[in-house]
Amino acid sequence: MFLGLIIKQTDSKSGDILVKIRDLRFIRGDKIIFNGADLDIRRGKITAIMGPSGTGKTTLLKLIGGQLQPAGGTVHVDGLNVHRLRQPELYTLRKRLGMLFQSGALLTDLSVYENVAFALREHTALPESMIRHLVLTKLHAVGLRGARDLMPSELSGGMARRVALARALALDPMMIMYDEPFTGQDPISMGVLVKLIKTMNDALGITSVIVSHDVPESASIADYIYIIADGKVIEHGTPEALSQTRSDWTRQFMQGLPDGPVRFHYPAADYAEDLFQNI
Amino acid sequence: MRISNLINVITGLGRFGLGFLQRLGRSVLFLLRTLAACSVLFARPGLIVRQLYAVGVLTVLIIVVAGLFVGMVLGLQGYNILVRFNSEASLGVMVGLSLVRELGPVVTALLFAGRAGSALTAEIGLMKATEQLSGMEMMAVDPYKRVLAPRLIAGFISMPILAAMFSCVGVLGGYFVGVGLLGVDAGAYWSQMQNSVDLWDDVLNGMIKSIVFGFIATWIAVFEGYDSVPTSEGVSMATTRSVVSASLVVLAANFLLTALMLGEE
Repeated sequence: MFLGLIIKQTDSKSGDILVKIRDLRFIRGDKIIFNGADLDIRRGKITAIMGPSGTGKTTLLKLIGGQLQPAGGTVHVDGLNVHRLRQPELYTLRKRLGMLFQSGALLTDLSVYENVAFALREHTALPESMIRHLVLTKLHAVGLRGARDLMPSELSGGMARRVALARALALDPMMIMYDEPFTGQDPISMGVLVKLIKTMNDALGITSVIVSHDVPESASIADYIYIIADGKVIEHGTPEALSQTRSDWTRQFMQGLPDGPVRFHYPAADYAEDLFQNI
Repeated sequence: MRISNLINVITGLGRFGLGFLQRLGRSVLFLLRTLAACSVLFARPGLIVRQLYAVGVLTVLIIVVAGLFVGMVLGLQGYNILVRFNSEASLGVMVGLSLVRELGPVVTALLFAGRAGSALTAEIGLMKATEQLSGMEMMAVDPYKRVLAPRLIAGFISMPILAAMFSCVGVLGGYFVGVGLLGVDAGAYWSQMQNSVDLWDDVLNGMIKSIVFGFIATWIAVFEGYDSVPTSEGVSMATTRSVVSASLVVLAANFLLTALMLGEE
């Protein structure tokens, strides 16, 4: 049972809201993933969505992108109800959204250059010289212009995510969704990614949504944080506000404490009884 | 106790039946959606050309080698049987009809399922497991148009051509053994084949079979890849299922088609 303090979002205007999620419900098999979640993602800001593993953070991004259909509730992106759109309209919307998958999701049979050029080739009739210019600009922004001829199998995990970021930027989206961008990264790669996300957001004025359970990195660049657990938003607010939370659960999560409302031990019989029951 | 076992067996059968029907339904919907996406290929023929190379051209070697050996064995076995009846001059008829009507389409389909079908399933399954298909969707690129339809159409086109190549090479294999090694008259080999193998009844029926088998093998391969569980084990199981299912369905379809074609004559 979470008794989190709900910190009111301040200064929100409806026009500022790029993604509006209301009473979102989603069920996978017998498991309820979302049971009435409400979120607002503001334009031009970095919003972090955090929570323990398996709480449906990636599912939330797929619901925003229209890849999954909710059991109930609405997801509006830039005023459009994502799950009421027909495929051509949905694809038009997706051209304005970028998504960075946890694995990078690079096309393994294409080089770094061709991966970044992929969306441009598919959606535009730009001449090759213009495509080259755009691709090199995006690759330069993520520091991998020199790696243009490498294949995805030759990239490290951090490099693959940077290429995926360049690819997500190719069509100049209004919003980029990052799925666990920091997971499994060494400190240098992590630092590079944190800096890139912040720089891209500020320089290009795009909206960023970061799904992560890496608290320090996400909190260091996020303007606003939502914490989800048990299918609902249990707390939200600025990183400063959440660091002062009175909720034991949120404090345990934010500070990475091994024991607290979420117990270290999986529920089991009494330890002594368990040890000596066969003696 | 026995009743509960019986109920368990019936429950298991029911679950299997429902699962089978669900998969069948999914595969038909998948096929319809993929076929509906094929229109884009008229505007972008390059997508098919690349897949024709991967699915068709790269399968030519195994088809040619297999066709040659099957034809040689037919020549050897056919000669040993026909010579008992002093009919070895009819070897060309036997080799030609066996290949064009049955062995060409069926063996090519089995080899196609093993070589190209398994590769298609594994490739699409891995693209799904590594989120490449999801990534395409989020880039507003329809995987049905960009990935699935070109592979499906390439399979449909490749299979009849490969079956024709198998039969041609097989006939040459029979010629090498029958005429070259065992002394059958070359004129008799070719002329009897020419007189007995009918373009419409034999060649066309064999072609129809190879088109149907190509359709079946490619549909199963592409569907199994797209429907696979996105894990390494899931892709492995899908690849195995693709080859096994395609082989069995091709053999069953061959029986039905043969019965229909013989019934027409």
